[in-house]
Amino acid sequence: MPGKLKVKIVAGRHLPVMDRASDLTDAFVEVKFGNTTFKTDVYLKSLNPQWNSEWFKFEVDDEDLQDEPLQITVLDHDTYSANDAIGKVYIDIDPLLYSEAATVISGWFPIYDTIHGIRGEINVVVKVDLFNDLNRFRQSSCGVKFFCTTSIPKCYRAVIIHGFVEELVVNEDPEYQWIDRIRTPRASNEARQRLISLMSGELQRKIGLKVLEMRGNAVVGYLQCFDLEGESGLVVRAIGTACTLDKLSSPAAFLPACNSPSKEMKEIPFNEDPNPNTHSSGPSTPLKNQTYSFSPSKSYSRQSSSSDTDLSLTPKTGMGSGSAGKEGGPFKALLRQQTQSALEQREFPFFTLTAFPPGFLVHVGGVVSARSVKLLDRIHNPDEPETRDAWWAEIRQEIKSHAKALGCHAVVGYSESTSICEEVCILSASGTAAVLNPRFLQDGTVEGCLEQRLEENLPTRCGFCHIPYDELNMPFPAHLTYCYNCRKQKVPDVLFTTIDLPTDATVIGKGCLIQARLCRLKKKAQAEANATAISNLLPFMEYEVHTQLMNKLKLKGMNALFGLRIQITVGENMLMGLASATGVYLAALPTPGGIQIAGKTPNDGSYEQHISHMQKKINDTIAKNKELYEINPPEISEEIIGSPIPEPRQRSRLLRSQSESSDEVTELDLSHGKKDAFVLEIDDTDAMEDVHSLLTDVPPPSGFYSCNTEIMPGINNWTSEIQMFTSVRVIRLSSLNLTNQALNKNFNDLCENLLKSLYFKLRSMIPCCLCHVNFTVSLPEDELIQVTVTAVAITFDKNQALQTTKTPVEKSLQRASTDNEELLQFPLELCSDSLPSHPFPPAKEHLESASSNSGIPAAQRDRCSSWIELIKLKAQTIRRGSIKTTMTVEKASPVGDGNFRNRSAPPCANSTVGVVKMTPLSFIPGAKITKYLGIINMFFIRETTSLREEGGVSGFLHAFIAEVFAMVRAHVAALGGNAVVSYIMKQCVFMENPNKNQAQCLINVSGDAVVFVRESDLEVVSSQQPTTNCQSSCTEGEVTT
Amino acid sequence: MTSELDIFVGNTTLIDEDVYRLWLDGYSVTDAVALRVRSGILEQTGATAAVLQSDTMDHYRTFHMLERLLHAPPKLLHQLIFQIPPSRQALLIERYYAFDEAFVREVLGKKLSKGTKKDLDDISTKTGITLKSCRRQVVEEMRGSLVDNIQQHFLLSDRLARDYAAIVFFANNRFETGKKKLQYLSFGDFAFCAELMIQNWTLGAVDSQMDDMDMDLDKEFLQDLKELKVLVADKDLLDLHKSLVCTALRGKLGVFSEMEANFKNLSRGLVNVAAKLTHNKDVRDLFVDLVEKFVEPCRSDHWPLSDVRFFLNQYSASVHSLDGFRHQALWDRYMGTLRGCLLRLYHD
Repeated sequence: MPGKLKVKIVAGRHLPVMDRASDLTDAFVEVKFGNTTFKTDVYLKSLNPQWNSEWFKFEVDDEDLQDEPLQITVLDHDTYSANDAIGKVYIDIDPLLYSEAATVISGWFPIYDTIHGIRGEINVVVKVDLFNDLNRFRQSSCGVKFFCTTSIPKCYRAVIIHGFVEELVVNEDPEYQWIDRIRTPRASNEARQRLISLMSGELQRKIGLKVLEMRGNAVVGYLQCFDLEGESGLVVRAIGTACTLDKLSSPAAFLPACNSPSKEMKEIPFNEDPNPNTHSSGPSTPLKNQTYSFSPSKSYSRQSSSSDTDLSLTPKTGMGSGSAGKEGGPFKALLRQQTQSALEQREFPFFTLTAFPPGFLVHVGGVVSARSVKLLDRIHNPDEPETRDAWWAEIRQEIKSHAKALGCHAVVGYSESTSICEEVCILSASGTAAVLNPRFLQDGTVEGCLEQRLEENLPTRCGFCHIPYDELNMPFPAHLTYCYNCRKQKVPDVLFTTIDLPTDATVIGKGCLIQARLCRLKKKAQAEANATAISNLLPFMEYEVHTQLMNKLKLKGMNALFGLRIQITVGENMLMGLASATGVYLAALPTPGGIQIAGKTPNDGSYEQHISHMQKKINDTIAKNKELYEINPPEISEEIIGSPIPEPRQRSRLLRSQSESSDEVTELDLSHGKKDAFVLEIDDTDAMEDVHSLLTDVPPPSGFYSCNTEIMPGINNWTSEIQMFTSVRVIRLSSLNLTNQALNKNFNDLCENLLKSLYFKLRSMIPCCLCHVNFTVSLPEDELIQVTVTAVAITFDKNQALQTTKTPVEKSLQRASTDNEELLQFPLELCSDSLPSHPFPPAKEHLESASSNSGIPAAQRDRCSSWIELIKLKAQTIRRGSIKTTMTVEKASPVGDGNFRNRSAPPCANSTVGVVKMTPLSFIPGAKITKYLGIINMFFIRETTSLREEGGVSGFLHAFIAEVFAMVRAHVAALGGNAVVSYIMKQCVFMENPNKNQAQCLINVSGDAVVFVRESDLEVVSSQQPTTNCQSSCTEGEVTT
Repeated sequence: MTSELDIFVGNTTLIDEDVYRLWLDGYSVTDAVALRVRSGILEQTGATAAVLQSDTMDHYRTFHMLERLLHAPPKLLHQLIFQIPPSRQALLIERYYAFDEAFVREVLGKKLSKGTKKDLDDISTKTGITLKSCRRQVVEEMRGSLVDNIQQHFLLSDRLARDYAAIVFFANNRFETGKKKLQYLSFGDFAFCAELMIQNWTLGAVDSQMDDMDMDLDKEFLQDLKELKVLVADKDLLDLHKSLVCTALRGKLGVFSEMEANFKNLSRGLVNVAAKLTHNKDVRDLFVDLVEKFVEPCRSDHWPLSDVRFFLNQYSASVHSLDGFRHQALWDRYMGTLRGCLLRLYHD
């Protein structure tokens, strides 16, 4: 009996009127966990009942604790007929199961009904008493922490990054019973919600078990998805990266909360030795070095930094010891070997992380992706989901072989997705092939690697760009030059990745969101024929998406893509491709060449003129973009770089394959043959359209930037104002004369208009940046295209930005020094702690201004009010007065006028609802995350049979999304948190039937509940910082000697 | 290509003040978009009309969802669906309950009933305020019956709450305000008088324990006012009063001779108004009487406002020197308020 769950129902408020006669409600509550149910008394005739129940106690296995949600149902008591349900609250009690997270869940939860939406709130308190379980063969995995964040969470340190974990569970979908109308829609929806909740719990528990097997204690980059396969069932699958994490204590306290005893031992010298002058017992004494870093791994790492290719045999002037250089070849092989052996123990050397601890990422090969078209069939035995497992295993195997072909032994920034239409399903996986530093992957000590990291610090700043594959035996034709940064290693001319920009990378100018959009018509077909048709189309789509990305990247004058995500969506009569990425100019990579336009028919004067006109337009656009994104790389003469190695030219780092049920693997060469420059040939109207569409992308209005990565390259002075939002658009295509071109244009307009709307809506936040812009496309019906966007707008300080960008050298110097600090602090358990604070130096002074700012700049407001007054020509004295009073709350307190008897100020000030921030990013600008409270993973269904009455489809979905936000916030607040980071809306499935006045929507969201503290509140703590810095710099002195 | 669905939901609910005002004023989405286009917002932001349409629709939808909560402002504070910063919440409520002067001036003194609602059409055309907007304002007034607690219940600012108190006070005592003679008075004038009367003439003004008695005039006080009649009924007292006032004001008043000639009439008028207040009907006609008996005679003699002030000050102060008069406190309570009202009412 390993756990006791205790629940107390305190009160309700704002309940709906259930008894028309009395305009009141006789409410009571059912509390259900597993198969046990308790009931409160009926609280008669009130919309704000005070139940104040006893503690309901459930004695349960911890396995159940992990799987089952706590289910609270509010009902209206009815003496004569069945009790009417008001609504339900599902509470995931998982966060209470790990020691460091929340200890109690307590607060107001919206009471949710799948038909009526939120109907009042209920105040609930939940606690769990866990008993120690000594059973080694247990089925539960309590204590394993889950994070949606795709980097090492801010207040933790990665001891070991174990690697890939995955699991999937399947079940029958209760939904098709809804179609059959066997039960009421409400019952069907609730069955579905409960089932998915149960399945996610089970999935999380099973993944936890795998993590325990790997001796990890956490899953980072946890991504759970649902495949609604319709008649064939419901699949819940998840991937993540198993890690062993150490909690970082606050820098002031200096008390590490370690898990492993061996670690604690190593920490002791730090604690005992606060005096920087006596470092004899410090971590960097020869003894220490011997103990922890004499191991070969040290020299390997040094090799990896200084001599990665045979070319490095030439004498070096800078870093790295000469002797090491001479032995470069064999050592390199050794490095490979060791890393590989570390990784090959794993079936799949994949990492769902997109940002890494410094030094983790050695080289990046390029994007690897694989897709497979499958025909769905009924899952016969839910306990043996072998087919689905096999499908994914197949795809992962492909990804692995692609990575190998790129000379990489690992895949980072890995993700999986599906697109389902009727019985056809496209499975996709993509990631970035990479070479990793082995030391994080082994059960060895991280401390031992400290010194090496110091030495390789500088080289790694461009190191990740260097090619990992053998240039004489390249997997595909590529155009290589020497690195523009270190001039020693080879780099490709463009780099595509699915990860975030490494923090230490040197970037010139700012980045921008780049999207490739594509539609392809497809004949309607059944089963096999349909799957074949799709399989045949896929390579062309991939090719075109890739070409578009490349063209747009060049048009922006940039040379690398980060956070690339290509989504292929299948519909009944079309396929949609949407690729989003953040383009940047990496200083290490060569300047991209322009785009040349060539006509097919020479000797035609007007045609030539037209071509040259187009060429001019393109050149102008490139120049304009360079100015806009402040891309002005230093001029470098050719001699220094040396002439490019003669190679067949090509611009692709994308290695992909596609297979259908037949398991045939075909590889597609995305290179552009032997063309010297990047030439666009205009030989027909199609090509003309393509060129035109290139030029139609409008840059965001001034003051706006956008990217789909965590942070915007080139902006580092965020202020604290953030606004997360979700925007959904559905367009209906006119079914007449649909051509690929018309379709492309429609789709392009849809996305562009959506972005324009966002810029307009958020104009009061200028200067600001839309970060983590996440587009999702779905094709809910024949002629409908749905685009869902979730992103966060963050304001930044423009003046500061200008200063820093004007002195890139200074910035990089600063960066280098902060990097140094961070690295040094790393063993002192400070590294990740100080990370969030560095990028936002000016945050403090902006806190006040941001909090008092009501949004629209005063000037604008004035202007607007004046025109309104002109139009209306009405006396507005009271209005004016009221505007003033609303500016501040305290004005409402009694004015000096004693004649008015003392009136209490309006209770605006004592609003009980705390603010909960939501963001898709892993951090909160201007604040420090002090605690992770657990994962939020919620699934909701909303249905209506009175669509018109609820304001049509827009009104319905608007209300539903607002309700979902509200429920997420309420859960976070009840856990004691004040923000959700790494928030993601994984699914938003919307179906309508306007003829029947019906609509249904499913939404799945997840994120990490956290507690954050504003940096301005941390001053006391930071005053102690200098001491630690001093200590660390002394450590440095020792290490380098 | 038609847009089937188009929404934007922020974690913090975006409130556009201009669109909110357009919505409150009852404009349709189409009209609101047209007005926004005319404001030049497209040129400022480089947006397109389609963007503006979508933005306006979004805001209107949000306001529509918020309206349910605005009917009971405390709910807005405790609800969880819309995350709105407190300053914005206050703005929403304040603007929602703000009213058009012209409109209130029309409604003032009419019994708020279904009948009145039917008349809204007329008022609407008269004042140029859209009907929808009128509806909102009427609904709000009906709810405002708890004068004293308006501020707490509706979370309004001091200023707005006082205005509501004035409206409810007028409605409750059914003061006549619609007569032609009174048309020159604005809502502000009435609100000012109402406030003075609430402060000084109601039960609540005397006894702060009786919190909910702001609504009604102090009956006892009105009865007592009869006693003032002696000021005009007793000829000696009247003469003495007149000579006191005249002595004090001689040379200081531009219209001295007119004042001297009219003193008895004016004094009789003011005191008679007081004496009559025992009857409900006369209470109702208070403003008509004041205008007829005081404002109009003075105006016809072209008294400047400063002279009126001098006169009224002296007129009420001199009573203290009348030895035979015993109701000094009563007089002060009456004249203190009346003086304020008259000065406010005295304009063109």
